[in-house]
Amino acid sequence: MDYEVKLEIFEGPLDLLLHLIHKNEVDIFDIPIATIADQYLEYLDIMKALNIEVAGDFLIMASTLIHIKSKMLLPDLKGQDEEEDPRIEITRPLLEYMRFKELAGELAERELLDRDVFVRRLSSYFQAQMEDAEPRLDVNLFQLMDAFKRVMDQRLPGVQLTLRHEKWSVREKTEVIIARLKETGPIFFHELFSEDRSVSEFVVTFLALLELVHLGLIALFQPTQESDIRLVPSFDENGGNRNG
Amino acid sequence: MGKSLESLIEALLFASDRPLVAREINAWLSGETLSDIKQALIDLKTQYDTMERSFVIKEVAQGYQFRTRSEYAPYILQMLKTSPTRLSSASLETLAIIAYKQPIIRQEIERLRGVDVGGILKTLLEKGLIRIMGRKSLPGRPLIYGTTRKFLEVFDIKDIESLPKMKEIKELGSDEEQTASKSEEHQLEGSGPPPET
Repeated sequence: MDYEVKLEIFEGPLDLLLHLIHKNEVDIFDIPIATIADQYLEYLDIMKALNIEVAGDFLIMASTLIHIKSKMLLPDLKGQDEEEDPRIEITRPLLEYMRFKELAGELAERELLDRDVFVRRLSSYFQAQMEDAEPRLDVNLFQLMDAFKRVMDQRLPGVQLTLRHEKWSVREKTEVIIARLKETGPIFFHELFSEDRSVSEFVVTFLALLELVHLGLIALFQPTQESDIRLVPSFDENGGNRNG
Repeated sequence: MGKSLESLIEALLFASDRPLVAREINAWLSGETLSDIKQALIDLKTQYDTMERSFVIKEVAQGYQFRTRSEYAPYILQMLKTSPTRLSSASLETLAIIAYKQPIIRQEIERLRGVDVGGILKTLLEKGLIRIMGRKSLPGRPLIYGTTRKFLEVFDIKDIESLPKMKEIKELGSDEEQTASKSEEHQLEGSGPPPET
């Protein structure tokens, strides 16, 4: 029987390195690279033996360690004292990593909302109202594509008369859509295309919409299966994603 | 009791479900000056601090908000029938990197953490703690990440500038200026100011 084990202890190569440094009680500024490199490779072997898939990140670090080890073994051919300690290549990222671990710890110790401190809840009356106003978004990509096809079929039946040859970029369109939503607030899906004149413009508008949804700048709502999809802006005045 | 400015503001803070900013309050109490409102907020905050009630006024996300004192958390959690919000250490580390290094692209976060952060970014986005600020004009147009207002609210931070100052690590033999001696390097460790509480 095959067992797949996921070893969660070491999230990545830096985590493992840090563990080895602590375990050996060595100075991070003077890492005994041969010892650490050997132990690191032993761990990778154990992981392989345990049938744990060793991520590429671990292997890159392994090769870095071996490279540093070999550099340390070579006599300094140039004879220059100022030559950078090759170990700096791992010391620097380790220090940065440790620093952010420390900062993460500091964040976790703050008085967290809904863990340590609490604010007044919205009254249930309000909550009910808000749920009514924004039915949960249940629009998937396929529903969106269906809606797109419907709009295309309706608005561009048969012969297409293209007078001007305008080429829109998705980026320009996203800006147009954002500007418009800022102006008007939520609109319906079909309204989005009311200005569009050609198939290519339709497509660009649609792609721009997908991009905006992906960026979280627009939320899509569809109260019921049959109703038209509604586009609700979810950016603040600065154009950023609105949260909280 | 007369309707003092402090009482008016107190009422607004009480009825609001989010932190209120002095400028906002000024829009509703247009007869008052902004500096009076700011002063009233500070006075009100001090009053609650000294009153030893179970809640205080906290300055978060650039605004003011009533919040319970932390020692009452277990009872409130019981009442709400919820368990406290938890973030994994991996999420917290990623969040710390974004908070301190924003605006930042995913590649840079992954360089600092040494692992893929795609899944974590997704979680943090879903929790509304980080947001996509745009795209960088680099090959592949990578997304730029930053923290949200909600991040400040959840982590009890006044504004992003008041995050505990991060000591600089770049002195440590960065490619351009690799001059720092070892003793100096040692001093860099553990020197940042304590976190603001």
